[in-house]
Amino acid sequence: MGFDLTQILDYSLIAMLLAVGFAVVRMRNLFAAVMLTGVYSLLSAAWFVSLDAVDVAFTEAAVGAGISTVLMLGAMLLTAREAEPGGATRHWMALVMVTAAGAALFFAIPDMPVYGDAMSIANSYVGYEYMVQTPEDIAVPNVVTAVLSSYRGYDTMGETTVIFTAALSVMLLLGLGSKRSRKKDGEDKA
Amino acid sequence: MSPHLILRVVSKLLIPMIVVFALYVQFHGDFGPGGGFQAGVVTAVAVILYALIFGLDAAKAAVPPSVAQAGAALGVFIFVGVGFATLFLGANFLDYDVLHPNYEHRSGQHYGILLVELGVLSTVSSVMLVIFYAFASRVPDIKDEEW
Repeated sequence: MGFDLTQILDYSLIAMLLAVGFAVVRMRNLFAAVMLTGVYSLLSAAWFVSLDAVDVAFTEAAVGAGISTVLMLGAMLLTAREAEPGGATRHWMALVMVTAAGAALFFAIPDMPVYGDAMSIANSYVGYEYMVQTPEDIAVPNVVTAVLSSYRGYDTMGETTVIFTAALSVMLLLGLGSKRSRKKDGEDKA
Repeated sequence: MSPHLILRVVSKLLIPMIVVFALYVQFHGDFGPGGGFQAGVVTAVAVILYALIFGLDAAKAAVPPSVAQAGAALGVFIFVGVGFATLFLGANFLDYDVLHPNYEHRSGQHYGILLVELGVLSTVSSVMLVIFYAFASRVPDIKDEEW
């Protein structure tokens, strides 16, 4: 069994992800917890790079470690700095549910394709076609861009609309972001 | 002497570079990792960093919330507009080949991807800003002792 350096890197990154995940759960200081979720995203991004998914890694680093950390900080400023200490009661039912769900996931692992399997479903039919056809049909070197913008342009249009809808919902819920300046104008006039 | 002098100087140096990097990610998306979504997020991060260091009001003066709101809608409009343009030129929805007569070099595809990615850039960067403005407008600025 070959144990190359990339594999060691993968396993140590996963181990760090686990450690950070437990630390986030145990953490009472919300500021530290938010920063640790940023660390979690950065570690996942490093792991995605190691898995050759650079586009996904880029998005994870920018969105997970960048934007969502800032948004979580903004949300945290609206509430307390420390989490309420958890109750002493043990939720046995929750433990049973989590264990059952975890066991089901482990049961499903053998059905997953082997990592890097060239004959896996994702790499065979339409994925293989995209890899072969992109230089011919689209003539851009990055197949991810070709799939996202051209082959599946309709999906990307839907995603753009989803993001737009997210902003719309936030604006409807939290106001248009001009609340404070309006208040200040009112104070100036008074 | 203003507080956070080092932060201010460093971020003043960094923000232009972040924007240039975002443009690189945007226009290099055909060749390397990246594209409209990532570039949009990086652009928004530049403005958010500005807001964090120089205050929300300075950021709102630089990029007003109304501009961000319009940009979010404009991006979707560009994307759907490209789709309808191809439709009216006689091809399928979002079939970019008809956008340019030079089929030999797939120029239509390149133009279509460029336009569509510009739409994604506009929507994503504006949406991230709109959400940030909406959250940040509700909280007082971070107090100095909490840095």
